[in-house]
Amino acid sequence: MAEKKYDWSAIARNPKFVELHHKKSAFLFGWWIFSCAYYFMLPIGAAYTPGIFRVKVLGPVNVGYVFALSQFFVSWGIALYYSHVANKDFDRLTRELIDELHK
Amino acid sequence: MTLKKIIIAASLALSLAAVAFAEEPSKVTAASGSNSALTAPAGSGATATAATTTQAPAAAAVAPVKHKELKANKAITISMFAVIIAITMAVVVKAASKTKSAADFYAAGGGITGTQNGWAIAGDYMSAASFLGISGLISLYGYDGFMYSVGWLVAYITVLLIVAEPCRNAGKYTLGDILSFRTSPKPVRAFAAISTVSVSTFYLTAQMVGAGKLMALLVGIPYKISIIGVGILMVGYVVFGGMTATTWVQIIKAGLLMTGAFLLSVLVMAKAGFNPIGFFDTIVSNPNIQDHVSKMVLKDGIIMNGMDAGQRFLEPGLYLKNPLDQISLGMALVLGTAGMPHILMRFFTVPTAQAARKSVIIAMFIIGGFYILTTLLGFGSAIHLTPQGITAVDKGGNMATLMLAQQMGADISPIIGDLFLAFLCAVAFATILAVVSGLVLAASAAIAHDIYVNVIKDGHADQHEQVFAARVTSFVVGACGILIGIAAEKQNVAHLVALAFAVAASGNLPVVVLSLFWRKFNTAGVISGLIVGTVASIALVMVSPNMTYPKVVAAGAKKVVAAIQQKQAALPPGATLSENDAKALAKAMEDAKQDGTSMVGLERPLFSLKNPGIISIPLGFMAAIIGCLAFPSRRSEEMFDEVYVRQNTGLGMAKAIDH
Repeated sequence: MAEKKYDWSAIARNPKFVELHHKKSAFLFGWWIFSCAYYFMLPIGAAYTPGIFRVKVLGPVNVGYVFALSQFFVSWGIALYYSHVANKDFDRLTRELIDELHK
Repeated sequence: MTLKKIIIAASLALSLAAVAFAEEPSKVTAASGSNSALTAPAGSGATATAATTTQAPAAAAVAPVKHKELKANKAITISMFAVIIAITMAVVVKAASKTKSAADFYAAGGGITGTQNGWAIAGDYMSAASFLGISGLISLYGYDGFMYSVGWLVAYITVLLIVAEPCRNAGKYTLGDILSFRTSPKPVRAFAAISTVSVSTFYLTAQMVGAGKLMALLVGIPYKISIIGVGILMVGYVVFGGMTATTWVQIIKAGLLMTGAFLLSVLVMAKAGFNPIGFFDTIVSNPNIQDHVSKMVLKDGIIMNGMDAGQRFLEPGLYLKNPLDQISLGMALVLGTAGMPHILMRFFTVPTAQAARKSVIIAMFIIGGFYILTTLLGFGSAIHLTPQGITAVDKGGNMATLMLAQQMGADISPIIGDLFLAFLCAVAFATILAVVSGLVLAASAAIAHDIYVNVIKDGHADQHEQVFAARVTSFVVGACGILIGIAAEKQNVAHLVALAFAVAASGNLPVVVLSLFWRKFNTAGVISGLIVGTVASIALVMVSPNMTYPKVVAAGAKKVVAAIQQKQAALPPGATLSENDAKALAKAMEDAKQDGTSMVGLERPLFSLKNPGIISIPLGFMAAIIGCLAFPSRRSEEMFDEVYVRQNTGLGMAKAIDH
């Protein structure tokens, strides 16, 4: 292991790392909780509010179908949004932090 | 890089060329091979070609439903199998020459790109059950089948946000690598390996049994021979080509699967004039679907006919009846996918956390796109084949997609129907190979890397020895897979997939997440979490309705007997029961005689849900947390900074990142 030795606890206290860590945690767990909540509305809704799922939207297509389909687009949306934020903010902060450490 | 692109382009071109080329041998079989259609037991016009040459089809009968059977043209199908085997073998040969170190074997040297890994994740994940099973469920139960598939995609949000990048930054080859970082490596690796092997075995058994039955049904290859054939190929890929070959088998399979699903969807939508609303209108107004639904709801004492019944097909509740079970399954999927060892392992094949992120996003688009296409395939099958026609071939609807391919193709030309069916059979075959190879690799990595190299040899094994150990364990794991597959022929293995996800969600995921994100996490937590999560899920399944309870079966059968006898009594004098009813009566009378207890000695289930996740996942988390708090470890806490900085920044990662 010809790795450089790092002082891990010093890095953990580095303001750049603290900023990265706060931003990341808030984003990741926030969106994760949102996506889970959104997903579980599907089985819960289908079981306990079937009346709403039955409401027709477009011809025979009902709320339930549109909602199930929306799960796909919401998941994709979250994924794209995350990749946008991660590529822009998280990766930049990480790079700056690494550059600072390697100086 | 470019070479790999050329290979994939060539393999896709080859497989497409095979479709065109295979037309020739099939002409030969139309002449000489028609005797196989003649000797087919039912002989009711297996394929359109056979029907024209043999006897007149019975389709013009009174019933609007054509009861057809599904028989793939053996010659075309087997030549397509051969093409797939040839392509993948070429990849294996190439990969074998490059597999020199343990990193090459387990992680393809970290040299897979994000895009490639995305396709491979999709190929690894979409099993034959999702390919054939979900569109089948949609074709029989409508909306519920679609709802069932949603969790399989949403699961990737957890993978993307919580585990993919940290795992890439913190791990090396296995689950044990991530968990042993700041804990006592030996016991933790041993338990992680046991958990990995058990999850992989459950999943592998389900896949192997499915593979054998599918091949027997489709191509008429006997069950045991199919299992041995699939098993030898999977062992070959893994032993010689390691992760590189496995990855390419998965990429090729995902490409073929998406091509097949897309083509078939286009054909289905072309029939509906590319008008989605019109497509749904045909579902609702289809008399066969209406009749099918009214029979289903009649069991719940509801009388529903005509358009109402058609509309009911697009509403929830025909298949997923127990909401708690449904939520429990959702929890196991959403949390279990991220804890599946063969999925985790895929993140070690890419060079950076950015590539890991990109690969999950690509996989999400492929998997999501595929599940949306399955609705077209499922509803398309319901319209064009009718639910009655589908259940006549296979009660679970697993053959719906394949039957649809044959029919849609045959509408253009009979030979295209045969070719399309053969193509999808080949895709199913490739699917099984891709999924089982990934599982064998995950299980053998756990045994060779965690147990042999790190526990038995204390990490002191040179590259040559490590690769040798990996090859030997892959061979042994594969051989065990074949034996288990043969032994489980008569078993009902459907619950094993749910069990694999439940164990991954209750045992693996809590300890992975806590070890990445919780400062106080330590050895005691890993071990208690893994044991409690795994044991709880297995135990709950053993006492759940998944098992067979002879007395419960008998009680159900008695009700059926009573109902049919009542029907018989109400018949006008002289009339007899319909053939179906008479058969059902005979079977029910036989079943009513059953007596005894389930495998664990129960008369009836102790736990009413089929999916244990809702109980076992919280138990797994709680056990992991309580274990840590009861046996705190100062060293683990001190090392948290290192783990946390590493997983967030990739600092101190293996050389691949330091260009």
